[in-house]
Amino acid sequence: MTGLSLINPLFQWAVFFAASLLSLFCSLMMVTRRNPIHAALWLIVAFFNLAVIYLTLHAQFIAVAQVIVYSGAIMMLIVFVIMLIHVESDFVRTGRLSGAKIIGAFITVILFLEIGAALYSGGGAPMKAAGPPAGPEQADSVVRVGTVLYGKYLFPFEIASILLLIGIVGAVVLSRRKND
Amino acid sequence: MLQGIPSILYFALSGALFTIGAIGVLTRRNGIVVFMCIELMLNGVNLAFISAGDMLNSMDGVIFVFFIMTVAAAEAAIGLAIFVLLFKLKGTVNVDEINLLKG
Repeated sequence: MTGLSLINPLFQWAVFFAASLLSLFCSLMMVTRRNPIHAALWLIVAFFNLAVIYLTLHAQFIAVAQVIVYSGAIMMLIVFVIMLIHVESDFVRTGRLSGAKIIGAFITVILFLEIGAALYSGGGAPMKAAGPPAGPEQADSVVRVGTVLYGKYLFPFEIASILLLIGIVGAVVLSRRKND
Repeated sequence: MLQGIPSILYFALSGALFTIGAIGVLTRRNGIVVFMCIELMLNGVNLAFISAGDMLNSMDGVIFVFFIMTVAAAEAAIGLAIFVLLFKLKGTVNVDEINLLKG
């Protein structure tokens, strides 16, 4: 393998633990903060940590796209909308941990236990590699992504561009003034 | 000698992120925070795709995450436009008070 595998495994473990614990901590802070702006800022930090974890998985293209698309574009849009509609006014009167919330959180923890059980039961099964190991000529992850994206997945790629166009048109139609 | 990181840890982290997002969706009542929690759940799924792709030595995981990101961007544009519209209409984004379709 290439890239990070050449690096000392101890460093790899340190990076993984720091990034994963930070991303878990930041997402917990995101869920528990009252102020939506604080929640959005914690979520941005969680997205950056996830980008680091993608780097440890040899997915350089996705790591950069994570920073640009999620931390840059989507979170900028969310922070902008929070700024537009002053939601600070209604987070004050909601609050109070109600019984329904506790029950909902408990049911979701059961969901996590189910995921864990599925991992535990399927984790022992041997997984076959789909292709040959990445040789030195395939070392550049972006080149491999582009080759697959514009080759095997060309038609879904075109569909995705149409989807984005529909998204743009839909956002404009939804937010235009009604009195014209 | 220390081995590489086992992929079960990545899957566990992915499940934990998904669960935290789901808890947020169920417990928070601010529509925009619910939206952010859905983004966190999508990221948990993305992490599962990437780690499976790395484990199986396949590029398909990266491609799927690319398409998920595309859908998430379109969803953010439409969803936030809907929230702005709802705020103009009702003056709130609290999901408990948004019951326009209720007869």
